[in-house]
Amino acid sequence: MAAIRQTFFQECEEQLSEMEIGLLAMDEGSTDSETVNAVFRAVHSIKGGAGAFKLTQLVQFAHTFETALDFVRSGKLTPTPEMMKIMLRAADVLADLVEASRDGREINETSYETVAADIKSLTLVNGEEEVEEPIDFQPTVIDFGLPEISIEPASEEAGASSHEYRINFTPRPELYANANETALVLRELNRLGVMEAACDVSALPNLENIDSNGAYFSWSIRLTSERDIAEVREVFEFVEGEADLSIESDGQPEVSDADIAALLAMALGSSPAAEPMVTSESPADTHEPETAAAAAPASAEAPSALTPVGEAPKPDAKAAAIPSQTTIRVEFDRVDRLINLVGELVINQAMLSQRVIEANFAGSSSVVIGLEELEQLTREIQESVMAIRAQPVKPLFQRMSRIVREVADATGKEVRLKTDGEATEVDKTVVERLAEPLTHMIRNAVDHGIESPEARLAAGKPAEGVVRLTAAHRSGRIVIEISDDGAGINRHKVRASAVKKGLIAADAQLSDSDIDNLLFLPGFSTASTISNISGRGVGMDVVKRSIQALGGRISISSRPGQGSTFSMSLPLTLAVLDGMAVSVAGQTLVVPLTAIVETLKPKSADIHALGAEGRVMAIRDTFVPLIDVGTQLGFRDTATQPESSVAILVETGGGARNALLVDSIQDQRQVVIKSLEANYGTVAGIAAATILGDGRVALILDVDALVAGSFEESLSGELRYGTGG
Amino acid sequence: MQENELAANAANNEFVAFRVGAQEFCIDIMCVREIRGWTPATPLPHAPAYVRGVINLRGAVLPIVDLAMRFGLGLTEPTPRSVIIVVHIHQQIVGLLVDAVSDILTSSEASMQPTPDIASDMAKTFVKGVYAVDGRMISIVTLDSVLPISAKAAA
Repeated sequence: MAAIRQTFFQECEEQLSEMEIGLLAMDEGSTDSETVNAVFRAVHSIKGGAGAFKLTQLVQFAHTFETALDFVRSGKLTPTPEMMKIMLRAADVLADLVEASRDGREINETSYETVAADIKSLTLVNGEEEVEEPIDFQPTVIDFGLPEISIEPASEEAGASSHEYRINFTPRPELYANANETALVLRELNRLGVMEAACDVSALPNLENIDSNGAYFSWSIRLTSERDIAEVREVFEFVEGEADLSIESDGQPEVSDADIAALLAMALGSSPAAEPMVTSESPADTHEPETAAAAAPASAEAPSALTPVGEAPKPDAKAAAIPSQTTIRVEFDRVDRLINLVGELVINQAMLSQRVIEANFAGSSSVVIGLEELEQLTREIQESVMAIRAQPVKPLFQRMSRIVREVADATGKEVRLKTDGEATEVDKTVVERLAEPLTHMIRNAVDHGIESPEARLAAGKPAEGVVRLTAAHRSGRIVIEISDDGAGINRHKVRASAVKKGLIAADAQLSDSDIDNLLFLPGFSTASTISNISGRGVGMDVVKRSIQALGGRISISSRPGQGSTFSMSLPLTLAVLDGMAVSVAGQTLVVPLTAIVETLKPKSADIHALGAEGRVMAIRDTFVPLIDVGTQLGFRDTATQPESSVAILVETGGGARNALLVDSIQDQRQVVIKSLEANYGTVAGIAAATILGDGRVALILDVDALVAGSFEESLSGELRYGTGG
Repeated sequence: MQENELAANAANNEFVAFRVGAQEFCIDIMCVREIRGWTPATPLPHAPAYVRGVINLRGAVLPIVDLAMRFGLGLTEPTPRSVIIVVHIHQQIVGLLVDAVSDILTSSEASMQPTPDIASDMAKTFVKGVYAVDGRMISIVTLDSVLPISAKAAA
């Protein structure tokens, strides 16, 4: 039961996401029947499932919502922008209720009663409420190729303390084969209360066709009992799996084996009017996930679109058995394990390659050729396995539309979120860890970026502001941009605030983008009054740090009167990394390739001393702090001679440039990231570890930490190179 | 964790005994995951001297603690015959560098004697009792504070 419940909530998430996509499309003006039906069906499926689990609060709200949607569907209501606002808020409440039900919480009804009242008011035509549909599970007919089961709607006349159960009990041949007897079950049932049983013998064939091992009878039982449904169900404990059973209590169906199939079918979105189209159309969905807004459920609906709400959904057992989506659910742990194993394989293959090289086989020998093939295969396996964990940023982006609504409501602004590139895929761990910084930036964009409607009108802009959220793949990384068409950064104010806080000198010469980058400094805030939502600047340093922790970088650009854009570039996965293997004091270290700008052979004339211990390196007329990696990490006491070393020009997430001095460069390679924290802890200057081809552990440098440790991250340094990225 | 296990199976506990320098120690066998030979470790920057670095244990990065150094008995000079005892310490897996594994002991809680009261920090921090076995004294090691504090806090 718990597993079915879990499946229901998983499917709910999908339904909620379909609903949200549809509602947003409706909000954009597409009120065609496909879109409306998709939303309707999503809400209906949630209601149906919730009914089966007796989640009353959820059922009630979903029902009200569904009624309103049905009005739109049947043309009794034409969506207006105001109405869509109510609907979107209702969608938020529904999502909250689903979440609360999943966690077994009750939501205080006052928290959403306005929305509930609003949505209800939509269905008051001419001041009169339309006749409500009873909230119960609809009659269902399921054809398993076995005797028919029917769940009839319950009569509403059950007493307060006693329940009325309607039980359909159809034994299968296995029941008799296992020496169970229906008479005993019925006798047991009779003890629970007043029972009326009718035996259906219609399935009984002619005598000559009868199979003595067959099962031909079914019973429909009406039981009035004070016992709860669990006790009634317990009677059938011994014949579970050997009979088709449905128990319906006071009109609320208990989940029976048969219902589960129906429930799953509904949750999969293939239920209402499950025409053959469901299966014939669905393969198209898998090819075009980005058009999911209209595709998945909508395609199933098309011709039979205008099914009245009261009509019973007839889940087709065959459709349920073959899920229309060609996806599987896998526990994240299993994928993780697979990824780890493939990581091992890659390391082992590298070890093998190294051994073969050491053994001096001829380049054309079959061993070498075979190994090359293995290498290629390993790489392909690795790529495919990594792709399993990749998921589109769509769910993340969808969550943001809710944030925009909430903040816009709280600040009295009119804001629309436009998204693009939702199908862009990125590793699940990256998606998860992006949620928080993204939320923060979206809030900022609405709260501080977009002006009030009056101010916008005064500036000659439409009253409604636009926040744009886009994702795209660019040279092996994902780039996410958040832009608003607001007033842009008030540089005068930012500068004044930074001076006041002592972050910069009053006469500091700063370019416009230098000023914009002040927002990322810790402890910076331009908000004259700290709102309860956020203050731009408050926490932007945190945002920057979390992006950097993901191996990404963030930059900002702003044009007065036209808005600001935050741009993030992130790795696609956190499991592998492109790095440059270098030697330092006899050790192999890996420098992440994303941090490297170029490598140089320093001349002694390029190196200048600065202060007691500081050294800088001249690179094309700029002086870049020089970091001796060996001494910085404590691998040796005295600094190496730059002439006999290699300098690697690196850029930190903040845009600061430094030169790392290493003994030599070995090669560039893809490494599997291994955690140091799991068994040891964090090490300053080291991001993680990896395992080399010879089986030894190599450390991966944390360039940002290394730079910060060697060099007080002063503002001048940060700003001088702040525009570099 | 070790304490609980000891309390739970007070009757008969098995211990792995090993030598560090001239002294004998033992740990609860339930904490031991495997025993393996020495392989050179990759040093960690800014690590305490008793953390010899990290090695690859079938894909996991395993820190190696030099028990002699940790106990204040001087740095071990690892040879190919040195032994790494791989142990669980809470959620972490750590390799302990010791000179040799000497014995598997079966002993009961009752025969454990309190640590003799001497002014040794090592004894106070790492030894929670001693056994007398055939005229030898074997100290029972508690592994809780073997890793550096900062590393544990960070993990």
